Amino acid sequence: MPERDHLTVTVQRGGPGAPMRPQTFEVPAYDNQTVLDVVSWIQQNADPTLTYRFACRVGMCGSCAMMVNGVPRWTCRTHVSKVLDGNAIEVGPLRNLPVIKDLAADMDPFFDKWVSAEGMHHPTRTRDDAIEAIDPVAMDRQEANAGIECINCSVCYSACDTVAGNPDYLGPAALQRAWTLYNDAKDANRDAILDAVSGRGGCHSCHSMGSCTAYCPNELDPLSAIAGLKRATAKRFFGGRKG
Amino acid sequence: MSEFHLYMAQRLSALVMAPFVIVHIGVMIYAIQGGLSAAEILGRTQSSAFWFAFYGLFVVAVSIHAAIGLRTILGEWAGLRGGARDGVAAVIGLGLLALGAQAVWAVTA
Amino acid sequence: MKIARAHPLWLAYLLHRLSGLGLALFLPLHFWVLSYALNDAAKLDAFLTLTEMPLVKAAEFGLVFLLAVHFFGGLRLIALEWLPWSAPQKTWAAAAVAGSFLVSTTFLLQAI
Repeated sequence: MPERDHLTVTVQRGGPGAPMRPQTFEVPAYDNQTVLDVVSWIQQNADPTLTYRFACRVGMCGSCAMMVNGVPRWTCRTHVSKVLDGNAIEVGPLRNLPVIKDLAADMDPFFDKWVSAEGMHHPTRTRDDAIEAIDPVAMDRQEANAGIECINCSVCYSACDTVAGNPDYLGPAALQRAWTLYNDAKDANRDAILDAVSGRGGCHSCHSMGSCTAYCPNELDPLSAIAGLKRATAKRFFGGRKG
Repeated sequence: MSEFHLYMAQRLSALVMAPFVIVHIGVMIYAIQGGLSAAEILGRTQSSAFWFAFYGLFVVAVSIHAAIGLRTILGEWAGLRGGARDGVAAVIGLGLLALGAQAVWAVTA
Repeated sequence: MKIARAHPLWLAYLLHRLSGLGLALFLPLHFWVLSYALNDAAKLDAFLTLTEMPLVKAAEFGLVFLLAVHFFGGLRLIALEWLPWSAPQKTWAAAAVAGSFLVSTTFLLQAI
């Protein structure tokens, strides 16, 4: 038996054209409820006009990311008991992104910045060459591996106060991606990556507040990746190893 | 001045100032014993080439460092952008440099 | 909607920013008072006698604290960015040094 028979859930409604406003629902409490279960119950039983996203519902795709009591989380992996504030939960769209409607945020700026950070591979070989052997325990390979599990869920982007204060800032995910490719021994143009992350809103705008690493549901560490980019750009400035 | 150059200037001015801060606090702890007076301060610093160079360099470094730091705050907390933000930050830097130079001259001339 | 963010590194960021802001606002005042030394030493002395007041001594301690916090926080940041140390080591190192600096400064100022 659950300790309570209902939850008070406040959901942010609205979008461009309709100002954001909170709407409260009484949702039946069950054992083993996730926040995604709660949002789904509201849409299925109380208000079918509620807009929200999910896909895998098992913590792999990142589609269900929302603000829960002020913290960006994957709602399918957030047990209600972990976030209840008395009897209440507040759910909103991911911070730092435009809102399409209700709980669905527009991911375009996130992906645009992903591209701007030059997180792309610059090949050194063609299909006619032998495959380059990469040592899996080499330092740079381990650095790269630390960041490649990113699924672009945007939780880090929403957690970051620098993203909130600086519209040019590329954000932790995009910069971490650039770092993983910078550390790829097969890459032909590391200078291009460093240039891309040294502009307005580049890695040097990061203030190391670490909310990205604190909230990443995949336990990645963009903070260290961005520090790595700063180190690489500083080394290049002082005439160190070029790309 | 690109963002990267401002970042480097910020970090390098910080490193330059590190030993200056330690010396300055050490001197203050010494000077504050028995109360402060203009005569005591000037007795130490007046006509001193060393203190002129020390505080002169300190003022240059802090003007750069504080101006760049305030530029960040103006952008992230006050919403200033582009030329307006750079302009205000430059004015702050030059202002600190002018006031600081005047102070250095006042105590070491 | 309030944003939850009070984790240690975020608090360190906020402290660093506020201490920098405080120091930047204090500095022009500091320069201006000192500039009296050249032409109006008597006025400088008048300002300096204010430093006998307990409230001013408290403010002085506050300023030294802001400087220490900003100084050690800044060294922590530069170490995090430019040295190949792991994050917790650096935080502890900075915390230990800052703490000891604070204690020793307090002691010395108390000895006045």
